[in-house]
Amino acid sequence: MSFSFLIRRLAYGLVLMLGVVVLNFLLIRLAPGDPAVVIAGEMGGATEEMLQSIRAEYGLDQPVLTQLWIYISNVAQGDLGQSYFFNQPVASLIGQRLGPTILLVLVAQLLSILLGVFLGVIAARKPNGPLSAFVSVFSTLGYAVPVFWTGIMLIILFASTFPIFPVEGMASVRLRDAAWYVRGLDVIHHLVLPAFTLAIIYLAQYARLSRASMMEVLGSDYIRTARAKGAGERSVLFRHALRNAALPILTVAGLQFGNLISGSLLVETVYNWPGMGRLAFDSILRRDYPTIMGGAVLCLCHGGGGQYPHRSELSAGRSAAAGPGMSGIRTTGPRRRGAAAAGQEGANPLCAPGGGAFTPGIFQARKRAG
Amino acid sequence: MTYFSRLLGAVSVAALSLSALPALASGTLVIASTQVPRHFNGAVQSGIATGLPSAQIFASPLRYDEDWTPQPYLAKSWEESADGLSLTLHLVDNATFHDGVPITSEDVAFSIMTIKENHPFKSMFAPVEAVETPDPLTAVIKLSQPHPALLLALSPALCPIIPKHVYGDGQDIKTHPANIKPVGSGPFMLDSYAQGDSIVLKKNPNFFLDGRPKLDEVIVRIIKDPSALLIAMENGDADMYPFMGGSQEIKRLEKADHIGIERDGGAAIGPINWLAFNTASPKLSDKRVRQAIAYAVDRNFIIKALHRGVSKPARGPIVEQSPFFNPDINPYDVDLDKAKALLAEAGYPDGMELTVDYIPGFKEQQQSVAEYLRSQLKKIGIAVTVRAAPDFPTWAGRVANHDFELTMDAVFNWGDPVIGVHRTYVSSNIRKGVIWSNTQSYANPRVDELLAQAAVERDFDKRKALYAEFQQIVVDDAPIYFLNQMPQMTAYDKKLVHVPDGIWGPLAPMDQLDWSE
Repeated sequence: MSFSFLIRRLAYGLVLMLGVVVLNFLLIRLAPGDPAVVIAGEMGGATEEMLQSIRAEYGLDQPVLTQLWIYISNVAQGDLGQSYFFNQPVASLIGQRLGPTILLVLVAQLLSILLGVFLGVIAARKPNGPLSAFVSVFSTLGYAVPVFWTGIMLIILFASTFPIFPVEGMASVRLRDAAWYVRGLDVIHHLVLPAFTLAIIYLAQYARLSRASMMEVLGSDYIRTARAKGAGERSVLFRHALRNAALPILTVAGLQFGNLISGSLLVETVYNWPGMGRLAFDSILRRDYPTIMGGAVLCLCHGGGGQYPHRSELSAGRSAAAGPGMSGIRTTGPRRRGAAAAGQEGANPLCAPGGGAFTPGIFQARKRAG
Repeated sequence: MTYFSRLLGAVSVAALSLSALPALASGTLVIASTQVPRHFNGAVQSGIATGLPSAQIFASPLRYDEDWTPQPYLAKSWEESADGLSLTLHLVDNATFHDGVPITSEDVAFSIMTIKENHPFKSMFAPVEAVETPDPLTAVIKLSQPHPALLLALSPALCPIIPKHVYGDGQDIKTHPANIKPVGSGPFMLDSYAQGDSIVLKKNPNFFLDGRPKLDEVIVRIIKDPSALLIAMENGDADMYPFMGGSQEIKRLEKADHIGIERDGGAAIGPINWLAFNTASPKLSDKRVRQAIAYAVDRNFIIKALHRGVSKPARGPIVEQSPFFNPDINPYDVDLDKAKALLAEAGYPDGMELTVDYIPGFKEQQQSVAEYLRSQLKKIGIAVTVRAAPDFPTWAGRVANHDFELTMDAVFNWGDPVIGVHRTYVSSNIRKGVIWSNTQSYANPRVDELLAQAAVERDFDKRKALYAEFQQIVVDDAPIYFLNQMPQMTAYDKKLVHVPDGIWGPLAPMDQLDWSE
């Protein structure tokens, strides 16, 4: 990789980021509804003078291109602006919400890999046995059923009928002043249902993948050798076979991470999880432009940061921010299931949209889920 | 499999033991709410999302019981001048802000003038010319004309007393940093706010009313998903759920043994769900067409079937609990023949086509009614198209710019008619681009005259008579067909005592609220 190649790639990346910021900025302004009217609505109505002063306060009275220029120059200086609705700097809002999303996604990722591989391995042992059939059906269902629905069913079962797990956010407010380990346990307690809900879709994929991969490996000569030398079944499966079967699983795990984040949007909404997904959703409903754009810029950085470093440098950022509908840009990032997957293509819930259209994407994602 | 079952067992035991953990702080109240406040400064922001925490953080000159009678709060007494052009407030002498600075008449003057200039309800303090401060404990509100709505405007929900030494620093009050980190004067102090997640309020140990507040801590837990919120209430994770409006929620929580429901508090907020007509539209400019629709729609069916009996009817522009309500207005009992006759008289014997909008997000109160209208109005030959809006901004944009024919809407009375009612009917408030102005483009000189007189009439009976005539005319002119009051009940743990039941409901200070043990 030569120096000039790097420079060229970086320059492409910057131009692309700029393009996506401009596009998102303009697209969100195409959505009907005036933020000043929303703010006035939240205030309980307003006179024209007040509407004017709200617009002036947030710079909404300027021509769109002037607003765009101000926004870009602010972002270039690291200032994401002030949220219209939450009355706080966007950066600090994102700071508050990013941690919970990352926690949820990491735990869900871990859970889906561990459980998925475990199920896949035991299914591969007897490919025609009832357990294998169960894993196949379960994984197909898990993948096909909308995460929204799974969430609601789990809530009914484990929070309402058998009230074992809480559903009100990330931590119990009553335990705010408790010792750190109690609070830690409390977060884990709150995490179980959302993490499991989010894990289910991907768990299914891992189960199928590891089942297929294991079946292939289990037919190899060295497995027969291991068995012939008298190795125990557990040792054959987990020590000998799984190590070789794990390669495709790990590759997919890397690719799935972004999809998990976009799936978390819906899970956060169902479980009241105080993460980025809910922030994005609330901001869109209120036309809180700076917060929406802040999320978009964040996911651009996430994508641009090289989610798939082994592929074309910015492809992830590109597919993340632009979605599959943005023709003319060669997308080398993974693409799953065409339009149906558009809501999941991105690397971040804020980037869920197809065709770069930020707002519709969220609804598309919801529609798919519901 | 043994490993798996052991793991499952361990997880279940851990989960069960955690869910069995008792509440640690006994003086803590957890309020569940779907409302996300923009900030906590009720001086520049109306609405129940800000109003509930604002009424806890800030005290106001007066407060109200359930009979619409003003009670002393920061003002221990008050008197009106004989000409009605000034109101003198005598403040308590031991009230301090949360930072320890005493509350003086200067702060009262600053707060009232700030609200006059910045609050969306312009009519609250419009006649206030100045607030004089002859001494630190006396504030004299000077008026340009008598203003009978003034006493209600001094309520906690509308007139928080904010510290001049904090907000008077020259920064724009609407975006002042202290709006989200307020220094208040009320029974509770803001401890922390996790945006859109929870608001933690701690007891103000120096509150000027002895022995209050009773609770150590009030936490508002924001749960946007209504079913998750219900589960939190059922499981005891939350103790109180104010502004509950859905029949499903009400019916479900009624079944929980440990939950009580306060049904009548908050009459002054007075949210009315209604069907508004754009009287500027050629098809709807004839009042006979509007009356025909009113005769065709069955309010009782909507309440009984669509709202499962939890709503109260609203027959006119003023809620029925208000002392100004006129019970003699035409209720428009269903009469399809009369409706058809009126349509024919107006020149539409074969019916017409109309579009109805609704506020998204309130399915039961808005969308279901809009859909019902489609089938019901077909009976008198009106083909209704329901036009959905994806979100509030889209709906508000259409209605504010008069781009609609019929729309479902929900507007609040806010105590005195001057504050929440006049805005919808006075012709001077027909303003394009402003939501919840007179978006019906309704103009009737007699109504303008009556409302102008009622705004300054100090004699209660005379004022009531003026409003009685106003209600009769508006109901007859039918710029709006009034449907029902939106329920706003408070579900609470039965161990709680002094659950807010005054005219402002949960928008009043909860300084007496306590656990019974």
